[in-house]
Amino acid sequence: MLTKRIIPCLDIKNGRTVKGVNFIDLKDAGNPVELAIKYAETGADELVFLDISATEERRKTLNHLVKEVAQAINIPFTVGGGISSVEDVKILLQHGADKVSVNSSAIKNPELISQLAKEFGSQCVVVAIDAKIIDNQWIVHLMGGKVPTHLNLLDWAKEAERLGAGEILFTSMNNDGTKNGFANEALAELSDNLNIPIIASGGAGNMQHFADAFLLGKADAALAASVFHFQEIEIPNLKKFLKQQEIAVRL
Amino acid sequence: MKVAIIDYGAGNVQSVLFSLERLGITGIVTNDREVIKHSDKVIFPGVGEAESAMKKLKDSGLDVLIPTLKQPVLGICLGMQLLCLHTEEGNTQGLGIFDVVVKRFSNQVKVPQVGWNTIYNLQSPLFEGINENEYMYLVHSYYASVSNETIARTNYDVEYASALQRENFYGVQFHPEKSGKVGSQILANFLKI
Repeated sequence: MLTKRIIPCLDIKNGRTVKGVNFIDLKDAGNPVELAIKYAETGADELVFLDISATEERRKTLNHLVKEVAQAINIPFTVGGGISSVEDVKILLQHGADKVSVNSSAIKNPELISQLAKEFGSQCVVVAIDAKIIDNQWIVHLMGGKVPTHLNLLDWAKEAERLGAGEILFTSMNNDGTKNGFANEALAELSDNLNIPIIASGGAGNMQHFADAFLLGKADAALAASVFHFQEIEIPNLKKFLKQQEIAVRL
Repeated sequence: MKVAIIDYGAGNVQSVLFSLERLGITGIVTNDREVIKHSDKVIFPGVGEAESAMKKLKDSGLDVLIPTLKQPVLGICLGMQLLCLHTEEGNTQGLGIFDVVVKRFSNQVKVPQVGWNTIYNLQSPLFEGINENEYMYLVHSYYASVSNETIARTNYDVEYASALQRENFYGVQFHPEKSGKVGSQILANFLKI
């Protein structure tokens, strides 16, 4: 049976792991390669690296990091942040990334999704969507959640699927950083209306939140950062807990 | 030992190369026919779309070479599918090593299948020391049907062949290079064949 995936997310700035609280304040959460090895050894199913640096050197630093991670771990990982062309993706894959995630650049240029799917296959293309409730509507946001668009979450997710996305990574900005649980209703709506895997992100605070994302939110995978980085939840314990609730996990 | 990793522009060759490095083997990433022909083992990776991958294979003339290889050959993911007769993806003719057709999962399930699923009914030296129902990492939209060349099975939508073997040719749908310690063991087993 296909298992539900647990995915630690490492936000990377200038080669170091950081985690934003409500997307703004940042804390240093350590060396990304060391963290990646620790997560792979303790049962993470995948990893996501999200590069949020803004320096000119960022490409070189990120490529170097991707290669180091690929050499060190034997589980799949996705790299995102500032990817806007086929060439960007080609270089990341050549350094050992398995998938890439695109966000703002896909909103500005939806054809990018088809180009990437055609060139590298849908399995390689994760479309990340940051959304927030405004007037009872889930509105997609740009630039790490700073700028609202006119797009509705479900419409954009369906469009991304049509264009060739292999997975949707949905971050609820209402939930992110709150530790009050994932946005399960919106997740379930995505899962019911799309035929590609949905990754839940934003709001993980305890182990029951993960169970809820799978049982209520019908998510295929759940992503979190700080609860893992600050060892509030250990992955082996989380998986045992999920197994007890009859959720299929890889132990 | 010389291990050639076939580079035809449609594979995640880095991951395979790194996984061999972790086993103490320096692989050779190449599309040179002579180098491939004279290697002890050949790994044929592949990710992406079947039709364009097959075109790249033909452009480099490797479609003619691969079926003539006598040493152990391991196709991974799309590499395995291209060793089959035909795939529904882009209605593409394969190399026909395996007498199997490759079909798309139905819309009863999410496509692609992404994640860790079990392999069972293991029947090959490739799986020596590997327990039944170990988890492997898979990511694919198309699958090979079960046949007498099936050496491992997985269930998603249907029961399908997650590994195939015919003579010196092996194919795995899962990614041994991305499947933790068990995946490494399967790669190590292939290198011992």
